[in-house]
Amino acid sequence: MARHGYKYSAGKLIRHGLTRGDWPRMWRRPEARSSYDVVIIGGGLHGLATAYYLAHNHGMTNIAVVDKGYLGGGGSGRNTAIVRSNYLTPEGVAFYDRSLDLYNSMAQDLNLNVMFSRRGHLTLAHTDSALRTMHWRAEVNKLQGIDSSVIDPQEVKKQAPSLDVSADTRYPILGALFHPPGGIVRHDAVVWGYARAADHLGVHMLQETEVLDILCEGGEGPDGKGAGGRVTGVRTSRGDISAPAVVNCTAGWASLISNMAGVPLPITTHPLQAAVTEPCKVFLPTVVVSGSLHVYVSQTDRGELVFGASVDPVGTYRVNGTLEFTEELAGHVLELMPGISKMRLLRQWSGLCDMTPDYSPVMGTTQVDGYFVDVGWGTYGFKAGPVAGETMAETIATGRDADLIAPFTISRFTEGDLVGEKGAAAVGH
Amino acid sequence: MIVVNCPHCGPRNSSDLRPCGEVTTRPDPATASLSEWRTYLYLRENPAGWVTETWYCRSGCRRYFTIERNTATNETRSSEAS
Repeated sequence: MARHGYKYSAGKLIRHGLTRGDWPRMWRRPEARSSYDVVIIGGGLHGLATAYYLAHNHGMTNIAVVDKGYLGGGGSGRNTAIVRSNYLTPEGVAFYDRSLDLYNSMAQDLNLNVMFSRRGHLTLAHTDSALRTMHWRAEVNKLQGIDSSVIDPQEVKKQAPSLDVSADTRYPILGALFHPPGGIVRHDAVVWGYARAADHLGVHMLQETEVLDILCEGGEGPDGKGAGGRVTGVRTSRGDISAPAVVNCTAGWASLISNMAGVPLPITTHPLQAAVTEPCKVFLPTVVVSGSLHVYVSQTDRGELVFGASVDPVGTYRVNGTLEFTEELAGHVLELMPGISKMRLLRQWSGLCDMTPDYSPVMGTTQVDGYFVDVGWGTYGFKAGPVAGETMAETIATGRDADLIAPFTISRFTEGDLVGEKGAAAVGH
Repeated sequence: MIVVNCPHCGPRNSSDLRPCGEVTTRPDPATASLSEWRTYLYLRENPAGWVTETWYCRSGCRRYFTIERNTATNETRSSEAS
């Protein structure tokens, strides 16, 4: 993999360990050019993956990724790192399964250990209606060749012995959707891997560069923005950059950026809170999710339990934690695993989720020529990162929406053709 | 905690109420075009700043009202019955 510059290997690790030599920087901090072929707004997983696949698959290397903060500082570093493809709509299943494929070969492709652990994924059902939905999902999954089935409480206990599957609990576990290919990935490593590979292919990462406006001409709105117009560049905190293609790969601020191009989005922004415990000996072999209890749990290789919840009900850009969340989380986790009542929380944090009405993303071309969106990633942005990058790169390079994302374009809202993804983590059954 | 001032029940924790989103102008269904109607249904301003919202006082007076809230700081102001 010489094309990614400095090659990481076990030998290099030993040599650096013995000599204490400095590792080379993973990416540069270049000066901005006055123009690029493509400007990508948002230096997170989606923006960097889009840049990488544009350069690697389509030979476009005159690209800038601009971010107002640092790479991977938003949702990419705040998610709970779970990947799976057992969704409910055929469009969703095909899309997320391609992402799992890309995650599977990522360590080799990017020459960086992303610590992908395919440990299996359990979605618990506590009610008859939830169990019915699990059967529905399993059948949709099986039809598309996804390893996914409904298992009974005894089998759940075999997969995750720490779960309380007795019948006399407040929310008894009636069964679960079992998805063996699901798992967790080290999310920061994925960001670093794409950034490093894109940098070596010539992509410019411009950190601490805030986009203040998107420059357009010919549109029906003020300043030539809006439908019928075309993009000419971006105004940033470090000056204007001209570009015939601008991609909105932001999460949390997607509406604010998109309004700069006169393209309003069907999005409201909500925080999602997560927490992690102190480390303990590894005891939880799978990812455990309960839609009814709004909680998901996995144990990292370091032994910490990572908890996530559903989005907060009030839309806001503020990412502070609340006591209500901690109380509810602790109560729900102890319903499932009474044995961990003595464990202490190490920290909690939250990230911003751009929620769409149908729990599917908004991707691809828009009514403004040269302005592309990869937004509305709700609670599923991390698991979709690689395939979003691959399909957005194809869309930008060819000017035509890639087949896998054709159901997710913004036109579905004007045409009334929504993709109701009830398999999303934010949906309680 | 976000404090929402219900015009009938006074200041309450937001978890006592249900947020119903930003106030939008409903076009006349008899004359609106399909695209105007779907714009009203789906597209949102979603600003980071002051926004006028509808709330439902679900565990108090069970009435709808509007307030202004700053989505960047969660301050609220000028609650009035609607």
